[in-house]
Amino acid sequence: MSGPAAVRAGRDPGLQPERTRLAWRRTTLACTVASVLAVRTTLYGGVSAPGAVLCALCCACWLGFLLVAHRRIRALSAGGAPAAPSPLHLTAAVLCTAALAVCGAVLVLEG
Amino acid sequence: MIDFVRNVRSWFAPRDVRQEGTTPDYRFSLANERTFLAWLRTALALIGGGFAVDQFLPDLRWGWRVGLALALLAAGALCALRAVSHWVRCERAMRRGEDLPVSRFPVLLSLVIAVVAVAMVVAVLTGWDG
Repeated sequence: MSGPAAVRAGRDPGLQPERTRLAWRRTTLACTVASVLAVRTTLYGGVSAPGAVLCALCCACWLGFLLVAHRRIRALSAGGAPAAPSPLHLTAAVLCTAALAVCGAVLVLEG
Repeated sequence: MIDFVRNVRSWFAPRDVRQEGTTPDYRFSLANERTFLAWLRTALALIGGGFAVDQFLPDLRWGWRVGLALALLAAGALCALRAVSHWVRCERAMRRGEDLPVSRFPVLLSLVIAVVAVAMVVAVLTGWDG
């Protein structure tokens, strides 16, 4: 039986790794938008000492998320059947997101 | 409660999940991962919405503005934590060959978003300071 060209080439016909890779990219973009809004909030109306600390924390969350996404994207572009991600990596991404929300709550209450 | 504690513990213990059952078809794992990412994007959108309410509705009364922003930020944080919890439960169910877990969370989240949307309409109509 001769399947489509993709199957014969040994490539996943549903492009599952590519779709997952692009989902990570979309999520990184969403994280960037949220982080930019967070940094804008910290810098709004002049910079104070707590504002600067919160701004640094928001940037750290964004960098942490970027690192997790970058590692996963590299694993997914390696080709073949990628292994399931480690729960630790996903938890790290989630904690960066939750920390951004906590920073936001502090900022909203202070401002 | 014990289930919840075990669920939280497995967020940090990669071996716990991988030791159970058999490894499913990688496409199912990737689909589970994409579902996780979609929930995470929902969480990030809620968090971004919280910042936007705080920043772009400055004429709103303090109580309304802070209340709406905090509700959106809290919903975002909850949604993110729930994303990894659901991923772990789905991964475990797939490895054991069980049915995927059902959840009331989507209904709950839609209700919260509907309430926040209605509150925002009311706030914009009545809550202007000037």
